[in-house]
Amino acid sequence: MSRSAYNPANRLRRYVQTLPAVLVIALLMGLPMVMMGFVSIVERAPDGGVHWGEFTLRAYSNFLFEESLMGGVELNTDYVTIYIRSFVLSGLTVVGTLLIAFPAALFIALQPQERRNFYIFLISIPFWVNLLVRNYAWILLLRTNGLIDQALIGSGIISEPLDLLYTDIAVAIGLIYSFLPLMVMPLYAALEKFDFSLVEAAFDLGANRIKTLFYVIIPGVRPGIVAGSILVFIPGLGAYVTPALLGGSKSMMIGNLIENQFGAARDWPFGAALSFVLLIVVALAASARILFGGKEKHL
Amino acid sequence: MTFLKIRDIVHHYGKSRGAALDGVGLDIGENEFFTLLGPSGCGKTTLLRILAGFELPVQGEIALEGDPLLRVPPWERPVNTVFQNYALFPHLSILRNVTFGLKMRGVPKSERHARAREALQLVRLTDYLDRRPAELSGGQQQRVALARALACKPKLLLLDEPLSALDYKLRKEMQGELKRLQVETATTFVFVTHDQEEALAMSDRIAVMNGGRIEQIGTPTEIYNRPCTRFVAGFIGESNIFEAVPDAQDMLRLADGTQLGISNAQVCQVVIRPEAISIDPQGAMQGRIDELVFTGAATRLSIDLEGGLGRAFVNAPGALASTLAQDQIVRLAIDPRQVAVITP
Repeated sequence: MSRSAYNPANRLRRYVQTLPAVLVIALLMGLPMVMMGFVSIVERAPDGGVHWGEFTLRAYSNFLFEESLMGGVELNTDYVTIYIRSFVLSGLTVVGTLLIAFPAALFIALQPQERRNFYIFLISIPFWVNLLVRNYAWILLLRTNGLIDQALIGSGIISEPLDLLYTDIAVAIGLIYSFLPLMVMPLYAALEKFDFSLVEAAFDLGANRIKTLFYVIIPGVRPGIVAGSILVFIPGLGAYVTPALLGGSKSMMIGNLIENQFGAARDWPFGAALSFVLLIVVALAASARILFGGKEKHL
Repeated sequence: MTFLKIRDIVHHYGKSRGAALDGVGLDIGENEFFTLLGPSGCGKTTLLRILAGFELPVQGEIALEGDPLLRVPPWERPVNTVFQNYALFPHLSILRNVTFGLKMRGVPKSERHARAREALQLVRLTDYLDRRPAELSGGQQQRVALARALACKPKLLLLDEPLSALDYKLRKEMQGELKRLQVETATTFVFVTHDQEEALAMSDRIAVMNGGRIEQIGTPTEIYNRPCTRFVAGFIGESNIFEAVPDAQDMLRLADGTQLGISNAQVCQVVIRPEAISIDPQGAMQGRIDELVFTGAATRLSIDLEGGLGRAFVNAPGALASTLAQDQIVRLAIDPRQVAVITP
């Protein structure tokens, strides 16, 4: 059987068999990317759309520089600030979801087999409700004199409204809430496979609960933690609905900025360029992880 | 002072299920190789888990060197366990597995390595220290698990059927190794097994358990030669169990009138091991050979006894067995020194 796998005729057949998948990726992923890449290096048309064939790198230089009133070129950090805010908020979202999802996933994994599916079902319920609706619900909770303010004032913890809505905190809360299931699932998958007799072994060898968590359980489910963090961080960078509703104009994230270019600002090349800058940054981070993270495996 | 004192332990998993342990009490001496022997579900593993601190019994007391043990969390007990599935940490190298317990107890790094290597030398594993457990064979993993527990220098080492996953030859080899380790490290071993041969070969003393209770505690020879209960007689080795009735002189006789040479005033049951019955033309009992099974060193005969005694198993040495045939009538003699009276 293993010999036939290396038979050249079989190899050709395997290539042919992978063709549908390759075509799907090429048409649905590759082609739009190439188109956007092309859009990012041509001149904008004032009414939206682009002038095909008029090549320029203006969109990319606009990311860092703007023309001053005097006609010179000045550094403009507005866009970089939005990128940094997006990375910070996404990072906070990863930390927040991890802190909430780990105990939840651990709890589910320690339940009897027949009850676990029920809890997983509960975790997935928010997915059934439109993201917009769920974020509007958070507006009701977070807005000045909203439910959270009223509850805290009513119980005497604060005397003034917190003014949470339209701040970075509101966006972080919304993002953590929205992406929580994406963190719970891979963590649960890893914890479910985790051999809990190792916990007893750790106790036996003198590790208390905290040490067991950090020296045995967390290293044991590291692939799940990495997978969950990526699943939350990457879509977090491109989040659109949550910052649009909860963040207002002062807490804009990359997704809103890009949407703005394709919509109100009618600057398609700049929108495409912003997308590619994000893509390049993420790709660099990912390849750095592969290059430098590979060593840990053999430790 | 008793080294390890276990008193009146009662435990059950959930109220609906029966008692896993039903009033277990025993004393274990220092540097003793003590074995808990019994069929699965007899409570031996539960008792071991209670000693390790993974279960808190519903009732009872345990004291190690006079100090109460039950309220001490497992990570603070001077007790280490060799688990049935070894439970080695898959993400750590062999060396780090062995140093784990020392690290958790705050032993400085340089001393950690020295003690780990010492423990690994003790179990004769000095290679592959950088490898992960999954890269080692079952027997090697077993040695790592032993070294990991021994490196902590426990006062009490618990072993939960550690040899059950090994093949027959390796198991035999490890039996000798375990006994040697126990003597060399001068550590008290509490060993759990369902394998009577293993228990008899290694233990200083054995507690035979059944249904959450201890049936008998004794040295291997006591347990084998003088079983006190029918269960012990049946569980350890092969045995013939007959009813015996005292005669006018209060001497026990079997139903066919055979004298056993034991004085007892009550009707009772006696255990006679297959090797205590020999084929002897002058023997008092008579029977017909029903079956001959070749087992290697000896041939096991199944004999239908006359006089309403039923069936008896007898071991016949090879040379004698070759002269015997099925349905042959033979006379049998009992060695009275090897007859044990049991409580019914």
